[in-house]
Amino acid sequence: MASTDISLHKDVHHDHEAHDDHDHHDQHFIFKYIFSQDHKVIAKQFLITGIIWAFIGGALSSIFRIQLGWPQATLEWLEPILGKWVEGGKLNPEFYLGLVTMHGTIMVFFVLTAGLSGTFSNFLIPLQIGARDMASGFLNMLSYWFFFLSSIVMFLSLFLETGPASAGWTIYPPLSALPQAIPGSGAGMTMWIVAMALFIVSSLLGSINYITTVINLRTPGMSMTKLPLTIWAFFLTAILGVLSFPVLFSCVLLLIFDRSFGTSFYLSEIYVAGEALANVGGSPILFQHLFWFLGHPEVYIVILPGFGIVSEIIATNARKPIFGYRAMIGSMLGISLLSFIVWAHHMFVSGMNPFLGSVFMFLTLIIAVPSAVKVFNWIATLWRGNIVFTVPMLFSIGFVSLFISGGLTGIILGNSALDIQVHNTYFVVAHFHLVMGSSAFFGMFAGVYHWFPKMFGRMMDEKLGYVHFWLTFIGVYMVFMPMHYVGIAGFPRRYYSWTSFDLFQSFANINMYISLAAIIAWLAQFIFAFNFIYSIFRGRRASANPWRSNTLEWTTPVLPGHGNWPGPIPVVYRWPYDYSKPGAEEDFIPQHIPYSQTQSSNLPHDKD
Amino acid sequence: MITIAILLVLALLAVVLYLLFRLQILSSVFRGTYAKRASTSNRVNATFFLAFLIIGGIAFFWSFADSMEDFMIPVASVHAVWIESMFWTTMAILGIVFVLTHILLFWYSYRYQYSADKKAYYYPHNNKLEVIWTIIPAVVMALLVFSGWKAWTKITNPAPADAVVVEIVGKQFNWLYRYPGKDNILGVAKHTLIDATNEMGIDLSDPKALDDIYFGAGDIHIPKGRPVLFRIRSRDVTHDVYQPNFRIQMHAVPGMPTKFWFVPTKTTAEMATETGNPDFKYEIVCNQICGRGHFAMRATLVVDEPEDYEKWLAEQKTFAEQNPDLLAKMQAKTTPVVTVEKKAEPVKEKAAL
Repeated sequence: MASTDISLHKDVHHDHEAHDDHDHHDQHFIFKYIFSQDHKVIAKQFLITGIIWAFIGGALSSIFRIQLGWPQATLEWLEPILGKWVEGGKLNPEFYLGLVTMHGTIMVFFVLTAGLSGTFSNFLIPLQIGARDMASGFLNMLSYWFFFLSSIVMFLSLFLETGPASAGWTIYPPLSALPQAIPGSGAGMTMWIVAMALFIVSSLLGSINYITTVINLRTPGMSMTKLPLTIWAFFLTAILGVLSFPVLFSCVLLLIFDRSFGTSFYLSEIYVAGEALANVGGSPILFQHLFWFLGHPEVYIVILPGFGIVSEIIATNARKPIFGYRAMIGSMLGISLLSFIVWAHHMFVSGMNPFLGSVFMFLTLIIAVPSAVKVFNWIATLWRGNIVFTVPMLFSIGFVSLFISGGLTGIILGNSALDIQVHNTYFVVAHFHLVMGSSAFFGMFAGVYHWFPKMFGRMMDEKLGYVHFWLTFIGVYMVFMPMHYVGIAGFPRRYYSWTSFDLFQSFANINMYISLAAIIAWLAQFIFAFNFIYSIFRGRRASANPWRSNTLEWTTPVLPGHGNWPGPIPVVYRWPYDYSKPGAEEDFIPQHIPYSQTQSSNLPHDKD
Repeated sequence: MITIAILLVLALLAVVLYLLFRLQILSSVFRGTYAKRASTSNRVNATFFLAFLIIGGIAFFWSFADSMEDFMIPVASVHAVWIESMFWTTMAILGIVFVLTHILLFWYSYRYQYSADKKAYYYPHNNKLEVIWTIIPAVVMALLVFSGWKAWTKITNPAPADAVVVEIVGKQFNWLYRYPGKDNILGVAKHTLIDATNEMGIDLSDPKALDDIYFGAGDIHIPKGRPVLFRIRSRDVTHDVYQPNFRIQMHAVPGMPTKFWFVPTKTTAEMATETGNPDFKYEIVCNQICGRGHFAMRATLVVDEPEDYEKWLAEQKTFAEQNPDLLAKMQAKTTPVVTVEKKAEPVKEKAAL
């Protein structure tokens, strides 16, 4: 039995002699935990930074939800935190836009890109493909520290006197290029661009490493068609990142030129703050094309890791092979490919040629097909399973539900004619918060709960996990479902207050309800924070393979040391989804068990 | 004092919760829950999913129906009716998928919960099923794309030649309007000519601008039943002309004129009757983040009966009449430039229309 083999090595992480070919034994604290080149430590660094960012991002949204939910309230009690941004008991409207902008930036890039890919690609790629570490530990370390630097710059920009960047997370020029138009486009925007440039460097270093590692360092027997779906997802995510982030870089580079060196890439015929600018011939639409060329793949960068994590967890906990393994890979390939040719559906009414709108509507709606295939496969995996509701499993089922609910409305938004009605309204906000925001968060939670035992050698508390899941799941639906309603009526996003419009007078109650639900859902995350921190130190000790899972990371000791496996790297003989195979003794057969040891369960074509 | 009391209460609450948490752990240890593969919690969670499906489903449909009177705003243009019917047809299709997939997802979760004496069904793939559930969504998508494309093409086709032209210019943080006057052609406007009186930068040395009618505030008037073409510009940052009742929306982009045309079908008075709001006004919403006053960037629009519209239009004074000094100044200053501008203009007009 595999699991007994493993438990022999339980204490190997204390035993430096066991590392034959690695000589980083008596590392100084600084090199072991801070400037570490070990993928597992780097993963934890990304995770913890991501969690901190998530709380900040959530706090920002709670502040602007207070403004939207109780527009008449005086906010003097927030003065100790917000200082001069509360003017006479009211939130400054420009700071409101800053909050919205920073919430978006933080959540999309710092939490759901770096926090999600950074954590799980780093942690799982070497462990699941059977490698001692990433292809380049040094680049990997640099990747985190560029992210850290980027985080510092972005965080500091929150405290500028002129406020953080406030042109929306999509930073459309001219607004983002002209400090005369909004103060946040001064130093705040400069710091935003600097932080994002560092972020892009970090993302590229990470992605190149992930791709190289997956291609080159797979253990013998681990062919591409035996890879766990997590690895396929991280691999494709990294490819999307490598191809699209440089475009964002060039996009903001041109913005820097416009802002600081008097060029006119995005600016033309502008009269602002009592002055006609000299810029002529630029096009704000050019920016939007460049931005969304990253921006759309970016939403798949956010959601693909979730696809992988959820597929893995659903199979493990339903005790069933993932249904349609190859269809799952195919649909991820299809989605990745299509993600590059749908960007202009964000721009149907931006003034671009309507013919382009037709083309992009067609391409956009195609992407619904592979997405639907994935959903059907997940549901089919549950069918006739033997489902253990671990906390990660709850979050995975929640993920599928949110992905359906949010994904479906994408079919409305991808239709250019219907987009005329709902573009930039709360319908869009509801759509993407469900399909990429909440879903990706659920994927992340699922991943943290599932791989926590491998990260920290202890289990997170289940009961707290249940409470966390149900509060979050219900909370998310209570927040985002009603947003569709106001969106259908045309309620615009990024509005500080709507009281000057007759059109939106009737939405006071619904806004208050959404705000209340949002704040409760945010507070529920502190249960997770407590559980996370408490369990690192005092959680129940984990066994080597607590979920009875097939993938290679569970063949390592409870706390894998540097190099991951104390002995030789296991060789892989089978795909990762041999759950409940008829004839097998147990309801799982790990990947490193040769067919010669499982004669009773082998199918006719199963040979080593 | 109150703050301290609140903090104290919160601290006590945290302690109580922590004790409960510890108690729960100890009782789990005592009952040996950890040793089991699936404890009572498994059944509880499975049941919760079923309950979530039923209660959540009912709550959703109730809240949807309940809010409907608020979010179903009356439509008032020809194409708005198409969009409206396509929207709800699409929603109905999506609704069916939404309900079915959720029933399956949560029912299977409940139905196939763990039991020690059964084994999951080893069923790794079925290509026939994959093909079926690839083709069905593909066909549905194709139908949706086709109907969307048909509507989109009709909506974005060039406006009829007899359309009433209104220019709308966005600026931080209000809207400016201009009618082309008798010649039905808007005169040249340049951002370099903008000042406090000439907010749009109308170039009065261009003869076509002489009959232009300009408004810096007040209602935009348009006739019912006739095509109306909005020529949209911005003079500073990107704005967005959005009118939910007409289902019209188009960004106002500095340096790149955009347009949107439609046929209004209900006068303001008719809408007042329909909505029961005697003060009803069509509102234009700025729907692209544009700065501090973004949320208050509102314009109002009045749809008149055609004859009332003509009457109203005839009463309006041109920009040149209202600003004789400016007219004199501009005509004196820039005569040589005018000829150049004139030559270029007709071509630009046609292309833009």
